[in-house]
Amino acid sequence: MIVAKQKPFEEIVDMVKDADKLLIVGCNECVTVCEAGGKKEVGILASALRMYFANQGREVQIDERTLERQCDHEYLEEIRDIADTYDAILSLACGVGVQFMAEKYHSQFVYPGVNTCFLGATEERGVWTERCQACGSCILAVTGGICPVSRCAKRILNGPCGGSTKGKCEINKEVDCAWQLIVDRLKALDRFSDYEKITPLKDWSTDRAGGPRKVVREDVKL
Amino acid sequence: MAEYKSGSNLEKILAAGAFAFTGELGPPRGADGDVVRKKARHLSGVVDAVNITDNQTAVVRMSSWAASLIAASEGLEPVYQMVCRDRNRLAMQADVCGAAALGITNMLCLSGDHQRFGDHPGAKGVFDIDSMQLVRMVKTMRDEGRFLSGGEMNGRPKMFIGAAANPFAEPLAWRVHRLAKKIAAGVDFIQTQSIYNMERFAEWLRRANDMGLTEKTYILAGVTPMKSVAMAKYLQSRVPGMDVPDEVIKRLRSAGRKNVAEEGIRMACEQIERFKEMKGVAGVHLMAIEWEHRVPEIAQRAGLLPRPRVD
Repeated sequence: MIVAKQKPFEEIVDMVKDADKLLIVGCNECVTVCEAGGKKEVGILASALRMYFANQGREVQIDERTLERQCDHEYLEEIRDIADTYDAILSLACGVGVQFMAEKYHSQFVYPGVNTCFLGATEERGVWTERCQACGSCILAVTGGICPVSRCAKRILNGPCGGSTKGKCEINKEVDCAWQLIVDRLKALDRFSDYEKITPLKDWSTDRAGGPRKVVREDVKL
Repeated sequence: MAEYKSGSNLEKILAAGAFAFTGELGPPRGADGDVVRKKARHLSGVVDAVNITDNQTAVVRMSSWAASLIAASEGLEPVYQMVCRDRNRLAMQADVCGAAALGITNMLCLSGDHQRFGDHPGAKGVFDIDSMQLVRMVKTMRDEGRFLSGGEMNGRPKMFIGAAANPFAEPLAWRVHRLAKKIAAGVDFIQTQSIYNMERFAEWLRRANDMGLTEKTYILAGVTPMKSVAMAKYLQSRVPGMDVPDEVIKRLRSAGRKNVAEEGIRMACEQIERFKEMKGVAGVHLMAIEWEHRVPEIAQRAGLLPRPRVD
C-alpha cells in the first residue's frame, strides 16, 4: 500500500486558516490502513480544527467526508454537487488523491493533509516500512525476494557496501542491511551461486528517471 | 618490456613484485590549492602513489580530479578516487575520460559514504551504478574502448583500476566472495579498510589465498595510525565497518597521555612489518588522516624507504 503520515497540525492550520467553510475528505484505501487519512483521522482532525478556530474566536464550518477512493473518477464525482460550496478542500488521501481531486475541481483550493511517504507494509500495528520504489523493472527474482532498490540506502545492486555492520545498515543501527537479508535468504534457498553473479547496470528509464510514467492497456480500455 | 595496463608507477611496482606503499591525501574544504601542495610535499618521494579522496565522509571538498592534478604537479602519482554517490553514469564516464586525458593513471572505485553522514544530509544520493559496476565500466572503457552504451570511444583511458574491500564487515564467510566478484568485474588492485583486528584480517586473507584470489589481484593492507585514545574510541564506536579491538585502546591508554601518538605510530609500524611477511599482501595503504607530515617518519621507521624505482 501507499504509506502516508499526517502533516503537523500547525502546517495544516497555516494552509486552511483563511477558509470560512472547509471540507475535509478522507480516503478509504491505503491511508485508512496506515491510519493517516481514513474516516477516523478525518473526524479527529476536524475536531482539532474546530477547537483551534473556536479558540481563535473564528466561526469556521468544517464538514467531513470519506470517499471509497480518491484515485478514481467515479468516487470523486460523489462530491460534485457540494465541492464548489467550500472555500477549500483538505484531502487526507495520498499525493495521487490530492492531485486527482485538484484536477477534477480545478477552481477549488485543494490542500494535502498528509505527506505521502512510500510503498510499504504494516510491520506491526503503528509501524510501516518501505518495500518498493516502483522502479518499473522488478529484480526480486534474482535477489531472493528482497529488494535492494528500496531497502538498500545506496540502492546497490552488488552489495553489501563496506558500511554493513552486524547485519545493519550504516545509516542507522535500526535498519536491516538489505544485502545481509538477500544473502541469508539465497543461502536458505540454496541459491548462493546467484550472489556470485555480477548484477548488470540497471535501466532506470522505467523509474522516475524516465519522466512521468504511464501504463496503457488497450485490451481493457472501454 | 612488460605490457602494462596503465603504465602507472603503482602498477609497475606491483608487477615487479616489490612491496607497494600508497598514501592518502584529503583535499581541502575550499579553493586553496596550496593546502594540497603543502600536504603533497610531505608525501613526494615517500609513497608510490597517493589516493586523493572524493568528498570523503560525504563532506564537500575540492574535487578529487583537481586535487589529483595539483598533487601530480608536486611529483606525486595520484590514485583518483571516485564515489557512486555524487555522479550518474554520464558524469562518471566523462570524468574518467578527462582524468585520463590529463595524465591520471590510477583510479579507486567506491560506493561512497551515505550523504546523511556529511555536511549536506539533505542531498540526493545518485547511486546510479554501484562500485562493482563502476569497476567494470572503467575496465570496459580501457580494454574495449567502449562506453556503457556500447558506443565506441575516441581514445581509451589507461587506468590501473582499484577498489576497496572490508575484511571486517559481517559475515566473514562471504566477504571473500564479494572480493571475488570485484576481481571478476575487473579490479587490478584492492585497498582494504583500516586494519586493527589482525587475527580477523589474517583469517580473511587466508580464505582469499585459499580461493586463489591473491593471485588475481594485488591486495594493499589498510593502516591508519591512531593519534589519540579519543580517535580510537571514535573509530570503534562511530565509524561503520570499522573493527577496533579493546586491546588496541588498552595499549594506547597504557602508553600515557603524552605518548599516545608515538604509541600509535609504533603500532602502525609493527603492523606494516607483519604485513610484509604475510602471503597475499602486496603492499600497504597508509591512511594517515590529517597527519600527512608524519608519513615520512612512519615510512622510514617501517623500513619502507627508499622507494624502489621500476622503469
